[in-house]
Order: sequence, then C-alpha cells, then structure tokens
Amino acid sequence: MNLAQEFSQPEVQLGGIAPELLLVGVALIILVVDASFGRGDNRWYLAGLSALGLAGAAALAIMTWGDNELQLSNMIAADGLAAFSKVSLAAFGLLTVLLGRDYLARDKIEESEFYALVLFAVAGMMLMTAAADLIVMFLALETFSVSLYVLVAFRRASLASHESAMKYFLLGAFSSAFFLLGIALTYGAIGSTNLYGGADPVAEPGIANFITGTPTDDLSLLIVATGFLVIGLGFKIAAVPFHMWTPDAYQGAPSPITGFMAAGTKFAAFAALLRLFDASLFPLRSEWRPLLIVLAVATMIAGSVLAIVQEDLKRLLAYSSIAHAGFVLTGVIAANDRGVSGALFYLATYGVAVLGAFAVISLVAGRDEERVLLADHRGLFYEHPLLTTALTLFLLSLAGVPVTSGFVGKLVVFGAAVEAGYTWVVVVGVLTSAIAAFFYLKVMATMFLQERDPDAPALPVGRLASGVVAVAAVATIGFGLAWSPLINAAESATIFFQSPQEQSAPIPPGG
Amino acid sequence: MTEVAPSYFLVLAALLFSIGVVGALTRRNAIVIFMFIELMLNAVNLVFVTFSRMWGNLDGQVLVFFVLVVAAAEAVVGLAIILLITRRRESANVDDAHLLRW
Amino acid sequence: MILGDYLPILFLIILSTLFAGGSIYASSKVAPKRSTRAKRLPYECGIVPEKESERERFPVKFYLVAMLFIIFDIETVFMYPWAVAFDELQLFGLVEMVAFIVILLAAYAYVWKRGGLEWVE
Repeated sequence: MNLAQEFSQPEVQLGGIAPELLLVGVALIILVVDASFGRGDNRWYLAGLSALGLAGAAALAIMTWGDNELQLSNMIAADGLAAFSKVSLAAFGLLTVLLGRDYLARDKIEESEFYALVLFAVAGMMLMTAAADLIVMFLALETFSVSLYVLVAFRRASLASHESAMKYFLLGAFSSAFFLLGIALTYGAIGSTNLYGGADPVAEPGIANFITGTPTDDLSLLIVATGFLVIGLGFKIAAVPFHMWTPDAYQGAPSPITGFMAAGTKFAAFAALLRLFDASLFPLRSEWRPLLIVLAVATMIAGSVLAIVQEDLKRLLAYSSIAHAGFVLTGVIAANDRGVSGALFYLATYGVAVLGAFAVISLVAGRDEERVLLADHRGLFYEHPLLTTALTLFLLSLAGVPVTSGFVGKLVVFGAAVEAGYTWVVVVGVLTSAIAAFFYLKVMATMFLQERDPDAPALPVGRLASGVVAVAAVATIGFGLAWSPLINAAESATIFFQSPQEQSAPIPPGG
Repeated sequence: MTEVAPSYFLVLAALLFSIGVVGALTRRNAIVIFMFIELMLNAVNLVFVTFSRMWGNLDGQVLVFFVLVVAAAEAVVGLAIILLITRRRESANVDDAHLLRW
Repeated sequence: MILGDYLPILFLIILSTLFAGGSIYASSKVAPKRSTRAKRLPYECGIVPEKESERERFPVKFYLVAMLFIIFDIETVFMYPWAVAFDELQLFGLVEMVAFIVILLAAYAYVWKRGGLEWVE
C-alpha cells in the first residue's frame, strides 16, 4: 500500500488566525523580555503589553467581520461566529488582565507568567471558536486548558489552590481523552476530521458533506463519535454530570482567573458546540437532540439546587455557572438562528457579569483570599456601598431580572427553544431560574440586611479593579436596556455553511 | 504473511481504553490516575493508526503526532502540579486532598 | 431515533467495563506476590540504584530537568516528517520549520534566563 500523497503547497491565508498569532507573539515577548530584563517590583509594562495585545487582537478580529470562508486547507473558519467570539474573548481577557494586575500586586505574586498564560489561554479559546477541523479544535482546547491548569495553581501560598489545580487537571485530561476518542471515531466514520469538507466530497470528505451524501443507516459510527465529543465538550462547559471539577477549580483558583474561566472557557466550548451541532451535525439533530436535552435539564436542575446549600461565595457562583451552562444549552438545542445568536448574546453578557462579580469577590476577599464565605459579606453595603451595588447588579443579571442583560439573554434563548418546539425544556428552565433567584437573593440579603463584622479589615480597592467593576456594571445594565446593537451583532454572526432549513426571521426579544 | 484484520486492533484499543477509564476512576494515587489517562490517550492513538490504514490516507498518523505532543505538554504541567503538592504534603493520594469539599 | 441501533454499543460498554474491571481484579487476586530484595529496589535502567528506598527524596532539580527534557524531546517528532520530505516541501517547508524552531528557541531562552538550566542555585 502506497500512502504517499503528492505535495501541493497550501494557500497560506493568515487573516483568520491573525488575532491568535498576535496574542501568542505578545505572550512570547512578555516571557522572554521579562526573564531577560525584568527588574524591580512595579512591572506595570507587563499588564500594559498584555492589554495592548488583547486590544490589537480584538481589532484584528473586527477586521475579519463579514468574512465567510474557510482558510488554511479548510482548517480554520473565518466567519461571523469566530469574529463575534474573538471580540468577546478579547474583552474577557482585557478585564482579566486589568483585574489580575491589582490582584497580583496585592498578594505580591506578580509574575510575567500570569499575563503570558492568560494570553495563551485567550489565543486557545479564540482558535477553538474558529476551528473547522476537529484536530484544530483539540489543539485549541488543550492550549487553553493547559494554560488554565497552571493559572488555577497560581496562588503560590495556598495549598487549596494547588489541590484544585490537581483535580481540574486530572478531570480535564480524563475528559480530553474522551474528546479525542470522539475525534478518532469521527475519523474512522468519514475518513477525515474536517467539519465541513471540501468541494469534492470524495477527495476532501468532512462531517457536513459526508452526512448529506450518505444514507442514514451508515451513520452509526459517526453518531457514537458524537456522543464522545459531547462528553469532552460537556466537561468544558461544566454540564451535569461532567461538572465535578467546577466547584473545586472555581474555589481554589485566584478570583480573577475564576471569573475568566467562567466567562472564557464556557464561551469557547459553546462556540465549538454551536459550530459542531448547529452547523455540521445539523442534519443529524434528531439523534443528538435527546442527548443534549437530558444534559440541559440535568444541568439546570442540579446547578440551581446544589447552589442553595453553598456557604462559600465562589462555590455558589460555580454552581450558578453550571446552571447557566444548562440555560445556554437550550439555545444549542433549538438549533435555529435565534438559538445561535441568543446563545452568543447570552455568553457575552454572562461573561461580563460573572467577571464583574468575581472582581468584587476578589476585592472583598482581601489578601490571600481569606474572606470568601457568605458570612464575610455581612453588612458589606454599609462599608462599600458602590461595590455592593455593583455585585447586586451582577447577581440580578445572573438571576435574569429585567433591566439587566441576563434577562434579555434568557428571553432570547428560551424564545428560540419555544420556537423550535421545546416548550417543556423552557418550563424547566424558568422553574430552575426561580430556584436560582432564591440564592442570589440570599447573598443580597446578607449584604444589605445583616450587621457588618466589626473585626473585618479595611479593603484596599485598587484603581484598575474598580475600573473593571465599573465597566462590567455599565455593560450589564447597558445591554439590559439597549440590547439591540449586541443582538444585531450576534445575529449577523452566522456560522459558515449553516444549513438553510429552520431559518427564522430575526425577532427582537420581547417582541 | 497473513494480514491481521483491522477490527482486532480496534477491539484491542477499546479494551485498553476501558482499562484506562476503570483504572482512572478506581485508583487513588494522582500519578497512577494520570498513567491510566495516558493509557486512554494511547488507546486512541491506536484507533487513529488503525483507521489511517483502513482509509489509506496519512491523516490519522499525522494526528498521532499531535496527540503525542499534547500528551507530553499535559504530562509536564500535570506532574509539576502534582509535584507541587507532594512536596508540601508527602503524598500524591487524591483522598488526602481534603481542603475542598463538595 | 431507533433505540435498537444502540444495543450493540450498550453491549460493548458493558462487556468492556466487565473485562476491564475483571482483569484488574483478577490480577490483584491471582498474580503471585513474591517480593524479593531486587524487586523492591527502584528501577534505574539496570544499574545498581544510588538510593535505597523510593521514599527517599530526589532534589527538585531532577524533576525539573526531566520535564524540560520531555518537552523539548517530543518536539523533534515534528521534525522527522519534515526531514523525510525535506526536498519535496521546498521553501514552504523550510519557512514553516524555521517558524517552529524560532518558537522553540523563545521557550529555550525563557527557560535559560529564568534559571531553569542552572544546576546549582
């Protein structure tokens, strides 16, 4: 058997991965320059360089807006989904870096590695959203996962941080193996790992053009593969029953990183889910929908119920983030245009709100994060009215109360699911939202109605961190009142080769 | 020389993968758990190579390279984290990691 | 969705779980455990071990060097395919490989400057 293939030089178009390349380049420069010339305690330029890199990456992503093509031998999709996701992820990274600067300076653990790893993680997440081939998706997933394993362990003095990193690492590697098995079986089923395939289905097979050209009884191996891919991605979005790592990792990680994980990891994994299920595997929806519905319902219920008994605010928000994964899944299940744009809107606004919430938590926690329990937030309002108001706003948004962005997000994804005929899933979603509102209210009552512990130390509030909180608060209320620009952007963020069936006219939320 | 049917390799890979899953779920030592996870990854590599031969293209073999490199990167980061803990605690047993509870 | 189509998968899952669990259990029960001094010694590629017990600790530097070795060692896996088809890939392959090696060099410079290669502090 002669396996040799004729070499033909591929066309090199770097436009689709320019943001990732820039971020990786800046991260390498930060590492090498700081290791060679870094002196002194105040290394403001590290955060400055990272922020510049992220802003540049966002600009490069915006420049690809409107593109709708495959690049680099069909490995990379330059489409609306990728552009929208990359801009959102760059924004998350920017908030994380600025917040991280104050946090690291306070705990005296400022290192160039923190910034470089955040940049690597953002680059990996961006690549994940643009991956048009399963192996690129796997590499991207591992890039940001490995960066996050280290970032979770970044609190040098804290054994809890190291333990949570170990659990996160072991379960993350375990899930990667399942994801990889899914890729291998896909390869076995169709002879390629591409999501779309080329013009000629025989010479360049891919999932999308394989399904359309094959009678359904030959698809069993691909369906099995899909199940394994769901396990792998389910871990990353923290869907029940693959959520076990979430509370531990969220609790042990430095708070800015916890916020970044909640916002970024979820966004990247959901973007991949949307691309995989709502575009490539769309014709097989009768097969994967039951699976995702079970996941979504279990996730919404378990996340909301388990959050009630938490005493640690970071664990509470971890379970809340699990519940949110279930809400976004309803948008994926809907698999119509409104579902896709609604999920993207939801992820972008949820990310900003959760980053803001963890920014406040990191400020209240004080040095070495010693005050993260619910009880430590008693009477916070009377000492820090602005911070408390901001945290209240974020919690209201997570609860989905009107006038906040979280309300609009829920409305759109639930609306999309109703449109697709899954009203009962939405009923579960609304009921669990009501349960979830209970524990958000509990936190607010603690902050407003109880007496402040007189022994509580004064909080040093850095300028950058308060800026991050302010920006997140303005965005949360802004997108709650004037949602149309972001919704319109999400609606134009179509997925490459998205199937024309089940199209729906864009309907404004609430309309 | 008789050709071995590819399905045999797939069955072997399935068994290796299952041993990896069961081992990773039942063992308590972090390093041993990680060894079982590596076993799972290598079972997948066997699947890749088998399918590569069945399809007669090189994609599967190229993918194995990427899996190898990713597994090495993961191993280094993971072992560094485990080392960080064992140096402070003298044990790599996941049950001893008790600071976090559900 | 016809559930009957999934029966073989369920069957395979049950079978492989039984096999995996069974073989681990069987080996723990059946395998002879004759511990000799030679077996208890740490394995050091056949030479007589320097340290007697696995409990004894190595300096962290050993682990660090081992990890750096794994990382830089495995990267060469990408150079073999390139080296085999070097003349066919022409300039394109060369440019790709130079980009790859530059990134590796950046990592190397970082490790060097951070003191990862110093044996004595």
